[in-house]
Amino acid sequence: MTAFFFGLLHTVLVLAVAPLLTGLVRLPKARLQGRQGAPAIQPYRDLWRLLQKESVIADSASWLFRIAPYLVFVSVWLAATIMPTFTTDMIMTPAADLIALVALLGTARFFTALAGLDTGTPFGGLGSSREMFVASIGEPAMLMVIFSLSLLTHTTSPANMIAYVTGGHIGIEVSAGLALVAMVMVAIAENGRIPIDNPATHLELTMIHEAMVLEYSGRHLALMEAAAMVRLLLFMSIISSLFFPWGMAFVDDGVAGVALGLLAWLAKVSALAMVLGFFESLVAKMRVFRIADFLGGALLLALLATIFLYVSEAV
Amino acid sequence: MIIGTVLGGFLCLGVLGLLGSSLAATHRLIYAGCLVLAATATGDGLFHMIRYGQEAVPAVVLPFGLPWLKAHFRLDSLSAFFLVAVNFPAALASLFGIAYGSHVPEPRRVTPLFPLFLFAMNGVLVADDAFVFLVSWEAMSLSSWLLVLSNHTDAAARRAGLVYLVMAVFGTFCLLSAFGLLAGPTGAFDFAAMRVAKLSPLATSLVVLLAILGTGSKAGLVPLHAWLPLAHPAAPSHVSALMSGVMTKVAIYGLIRLLYDLRGAVGWEWGFLMMVLGAAAAALGVLYALMQRDLKTLLAYSTVENVGIIFIALGLAIAFRDHGEVALSALSMVAALYHVVNHALFKSLLFLGSGAVMMATGERDLDRLGGLLNRMPVTGVCFLVGACAISALPPLNGFVSEWLVFQSLFKGPTVAHWAMRFGVPVVGVAMALAAAFAATCFVRAFGVAFLGRPRSDAARAAREVPWPMLAAMAVPAVFCLCLGVFPVMVTTGIATVVEPLVHVVLPAAVLGWPWLSPVSLTAGSYSATMVLLSGAGLMITTLLLVRHLGTRAIRRAPVWDCGHQEDIANAQYSADSFSQPLRRVFGQVVFRAREEVEMPPPGSTAPARFTLFITDPLWTGLYLGLQRVIDAIADRVNHLQFQTVRRYLLMMFLTLVLLLLVVAVRQQ
Amino acid sequence: MTSADQIVALGHVSYDMAHLIGAVILMMSFGLLYQRRLTAVIRLYSFQAMVLALAAAWQAFVQDAPHLYASALIALLFKGIAVPFALNWLVRRLGIHRTVETALGIGPTMIAGVGLVALSIVLVLPVTASAAAMTRENLALAMSVVLLGLLMMITRRNAVTQVVGFMSLENGLILAAVGARGMPLVVEISIAFSVLVAMALFGIFFFRIRERFDSLDIAYLETFRGERR
Repeated sequence: MTAFFFGLLHTVLVLAVAPLLTGLVRLPKARLQGRQGAPAIQPYRDLWRLLQKESVIADSASWLFRIAPYLVFVSVWLAATIMPTFTTDMIMTPAADLIALVALLGTARFFTALAGLDTGTPFGGLGSSREMFVASIGEPAMLMVIFSLSLLTHTTSPANMIAYVTGGHIGIEVSAGLALVAMVMVAIAENGRIPIDNPATHLELTMIHEAMVLEYSGRHLALMEAAAMVRLLLFMSIISSLFFPWGMAFVDDGVAGVALGLLAWLAKVSALAMVLGFFESLVAKMRVFRIADFLGGALLLALLATIFLYVSEAV
Repeated sequence: MIIGTVLGGFLCLGVLGLLGSSLAATHRLIYAGCLVLAATATGDGLFHMIRYGQEAVPAVVLPFGLPWLKAHFRLDSLSAFFLVAVNFPAALASLFGIAYGSHVPEPRRVTPLFPLFLFAMNGVLVADDAFVFLVSWEAMSLSSWLLVLSNHTDAAARRAGLVYLVMAVFGTFCLLSAFGLLAGPTGAFDFAAMRVAKLSPLATSLVVLLAILGTGSKAGLVPLHAWLPLAHPAAPSHVSALMSGVMTKVAIYGLIRLLYDLRGAVGWEWGFLMMVLGAAAAALGVLYALMQRDLKTLLAYSTVENVGIIFIALGLAIAFRDHGEVALSALSMVAALYHVVNHALFKSLLFLGSGAVMMATGERDLDRLGGLLNRMPVTGVCFLVGACAISALPPLNGFVSEWLVFQSLFKGPTVAHWAMRFGVPVVGVAMALAAAFAATCFVRAFGVAFLGRPRSDAARAAREVPWPMLAAMAVPAVFCLCLGVFPVMVTTGIATVVEPLVHVVLPAAVLGWPWLSPVSLTAGSYSATMVLLSGAGLMITTLLLVRHLGTRAIRRAPVWDCGHQEDIANAQYSADSFSQPLRRVFGQVVFRAREEVEMPPPGSTAPARFTLFITDPLWTGLYLGLQRVIDAIADRVNHLQFQTVRRYLLMMFLTLVLLLLVVAVRQQ
Repeated sequence: MTSADQIVALGHVSYDMAHLIGAVILMMSFGLLYQRRLTAVIRLYSFQAMVLALAAAWQAFVQDAPHLYASALIALLFKGIAVPFALNWLVRRLGIHRTVETALGIGPTMIAGVGLVALSIVLVLPVTASAAAMTRENLALAMSVVLLGLLMMITRRNAVTQVVGFMSLENGLILAAVGARGMPLVVEISIAFSVLVAMALFGIFFFRIRERFDSLDIAYLETFRGERR
C-alpha cells in the first residue's frame, strides 16, 4: 500500500520538479555570463504559455507528427517513474529494470527522430540523423555502464542495486568510479548539453535536438520541452541514486525516512544542476564528428570498468 | 499423422502448379491451399508442443529412401516448436501471395515452387535420419535457388543465384561430412543411433566445426553471409519473407539439433567461437544495413544481425552448460528461441511490407520513396510496428528477447575462464552497438520511405494494397504486440522445449505471471504488462492535462523550416545523408566507403553529382581472394589436360601403384 | 605485527583510496591519448604528475613512511611543474604546430589502449595470485599506465608528444614503486634525476632535429637513416 502511495507521489513529483531543475541550471550560466537571468520558475511559465498557444502543423506532416509528442513525453515520464529517487519502496520498481529504462528512452528518441523526418524539411532530417548518430554510441555506453554495475551488484534492478550499495557490500571501487565518469559523459550527450549540443542554440548547422523539434509549436512543443526537462531530471536522479545513494529510504523506513530521502534527493539534484550550469559555462561545444570520439571514450571507459572488476575480485 | 498429410498436400500443390499454372485462378488456389496447409501445420505444432512436454515420441518409419535405411520421421517438442515458427509466417506469406502472387514478374516460375519450398522446409524439421534431413535440406536450397532465379532476366539476380548456389553447395557439403562423422564407419544414419554414438575428441570437434559452418552458411553468419543480401532481395517479396524470416530459422534448427541433441557435450570453446561470430554478425550486419538504399537489401542485412544475436545466445548456452550452469544455459536457450520466433514474425512482416510498397510504387530504392504513410495508412502502421519491434522498443516482442539475451550475457562472466570473462564484455559492446544501430537503421528506413514528402511520381501516386496483403501484415503486427506484452506465457512454452536439451526447467515466473525475472528473484525483472498499463495510465493523464490546461486549436500551414520553404522534395534528408555521420565514423574502416563529388564549373548548368562507393571487405578479401587462389590452382591443373598419351599412362600407373601401396600399408 | 595484520588494521578504505587515485592516473593516460592539442597534452601530463604526487603522499601517510613524502615532493616539483614548464617553453620557442599529429586515429588508439589494460590485467592476475587483491589492483594500474605511455610513444608522430609519452610511462613506474613497500628513496631520486637529464637531452635533440629538418616529425629521421622505402 505504501509502495502504491510513494510510487504515485514520485510520479507526480518528477513532473512537478523537472521544470524547476531546468531553471536552476540556467541560473549559474546567466550569472557567469554577467546577466541576472530569469528566475528559476521561468520554465513553468514557458510551458504554460506554450500550452495556451494554437499548434501550427505543416501541410506535409502525417498523423505521426501529432501523436509523437504524446508518445515521447509518456515514454520519458514512464522511464522516470521506474528510477527510484527518494525511496526504493515504489510500485513501479519491479516492473522494469535499467535495461528497460534505456529502452524506454530509446522509444522516446525513436519517435522524436521520426517526427523530425515527418515534415520533410532538411533541418528536421539533419536533427534526426545526428540525434540517432549520437544515440548509436551513447546508448551502448549506457548499457555497458549497466553491465559493469550489474556485475558489481548482481542485479539490473535499480532498487536492488541501491540496496546492495548502501548495504556496505562494496567499498570505493575503481570500477564504480570509471562507470560514473562514463555515465556522466552519456548523460551530457543524451540530454543534448554542451559540449555535445547546445540547448539554447538555434544556429542552423550546430543544433541537434532543437532541429528535430523545429516544426513543433503550441502544446506539442510544450510536451517535447517537458519531455526534455523530465529526461534531464531522470539522468540526474540516475547519477545521484546509483552512485551517491545517501539518505535514500528503503522498504521498511517510515514516513520520516521518506521525508529525509526526499530532502536528500532535492539537495543532490539541485547541486548537480548547479554543477552542470557551471560546467556548461566553462567548455565550448565540440565539432559534430568529435562526438564519436567523446562517446567512444565513454563506451571504452565503461568496458574498462567491467574488466577492472576482475582484478578486485568483486565477481 | 497430420503433418504427413500436410507434407503430401504441399507436394500435390506443387504438382498442380506445374500442370496448370497458366490460369490466374490456379495461382490463387495454390496460395490458398498453402495457407490452409501451413495453418494446419502451425496448429499441429502447437498441439504437439503442449502434449509432448518431455515424454518420448515414437519415430515413424516409412519404407522409402535408401534400400538399407528406411526413412525415419519424428516430431518431438523441438521440431514442433520450429513447425510453429516456420509455418505461421509461411501461412502469412501464402495469404500475402493470394493477392501478390500474380504481380511478380514471372508468376509461373514462382507459384509451383512456393509449395515445394514449404514442403522441403517442413521435411527438414520432421526428419529423424540424416538421409531425409539432407535430402530435404538440399530440396530447400534448390527450390529457393530457383525462386531467386525466377526473375532471370535481371543480371543481378543471376549473379545472386550463382553465389547462392556455391554457398548452398558448400553448406550441404559441410553438413554431409558432419553427419558422416556422426554416423561413424557403421553408417548408422538414423538420429537415435547418432545420439548414443561414441566419438573421439577430434571427431567431435570436427562435427561441431562443420555444423557451425554448414548451418551458419545457410543462416547468414559472418563471414559466410555474402550470398544472403544478394539472394534474399532478388526473390519476390513473399518468398524473401520466407527466406529471411523462416529459412534462416530452419538452419538454426539444424544447428540446435546437431549441437544440443545429437552431440550432447560440446566444449565451451565452441560456445565462445559461436558467441564471437554472432557478435561480429550482429554488429557488422546492422552496420551494412544502415548503409543500404535498397529497402529489401537493408532488410536482408538486418537478418544477418538478428541471426548474430541468436548465435550469441546459443553460444552462451553451450558455454554455460559446459561449466555446469544449467539454469543459465536454459535461460540463454530460451532467449535464443524467443528471438527465433520474434525475428520470424517481424522480419516476415517487414518483407511483406516491402512487397506492398513495391506493388504500390514499383520502387524499392529508399531515395525514390517518401510520404507513403498518408497514402498507404494500414501498410504504414504495420511497417511501423515491425520497425519498432525489430528496434527492440518496449512493449513489443523484440525487446523481450533482447532483454533476455542481455540478462544471460550479463551473467556470462560467471564462467570462470579468462577468455569468457574478457570476451563477454566485448561481445556485450557489440550487441549493445547492434541494438542501437538497429534503431537508427529502422528510423532511417521507415522515416525515409513512409514519412516526409514523396521523392518520385511513383511514390506520389501510391495506393493502398488489397485486403489479403493487409491482413497478412496486420496479423503479425498484432502478434508482435501480444508476444511482447505476455512474455511469460511464451517463455514457459519455450522452457518445455528447452527442457529435454538442457535437463532443467527455467523458473520463468517467480514473481507471478506478469513478471519476467529469469535469473533470480532480485537479479532484475521486467513486466511488459505493468509497463503497458502504467504507460496507458500516464497517456490518459497527459491527454487530460493537455486538454484542461491548454487550448485544442490547430492550424495547418506551409512548413516553416527556418523560413527557407523549399518546395523541392529532393531537398529533404535522403537515406544516404541520414547515415552520413555513422558512415563517416565507421565507414572508412568497415566498408572503405568512398564519396565522390562532381561539381560542375561555375556557370555550367550540368547537375552536381554525388556518388558513394561501399565495398564489403570480407567479400573482396575472403571470397574474391579465395576465388583467385582457386583460379590459380585450376590454371595449374589445366596443364594436365594437354599431355602426351605416354604421360597419361604414366600418371595412371603411378596412381595405381600409390593406391596399392596404401592398401599394403593398411593391411600390415 | 606482520604485514598481513597491518593490512587488516589499516582497513579497506586506505587501499580503496589508493586505487581510486591510481585509476585517476590511468584515466589521465587515456586523456593523453584522447587529446588533440599539444598544450592540452602538456597540461594533462602536468595534472597526472600532480595526482601521482598525491598518490605518493597518500602512501606515505598510510604506510607511515616519511621518505615517500620526499618522493611526492619530487614528483610535484619536477614532473608537475618543471617539466611541463620546460615543454611549454620548448613548444613556444620552436613554434611547433599545435595539433597532435597521429600515426593512428584517436578511436583505434583508444581501443588498443583498452586492449592493453586488459592484457596487463590478464598478466597480473596469475603472477600475483598469492598476493592480496590490494597489491594486484595497484600493479595492474601501474602496468597499464606504463603500456599506455608506450602506446602514446608509438602512435604519435611529434617528438614532443613522444617525450610526454615517455614521461607518462615513467609515472607508471613511480606509481608501482610507491605502492610496493620498502622501495628506497635513493632509487626514486636517481630515477627523477635521470628523467631530468633525459629531458635536457631531448631539449638539445629537438633543436638539432629542427635545425636539420625544419620539423619535429620524427618521420624525417627515418629518411635520414635511409629506412624509408
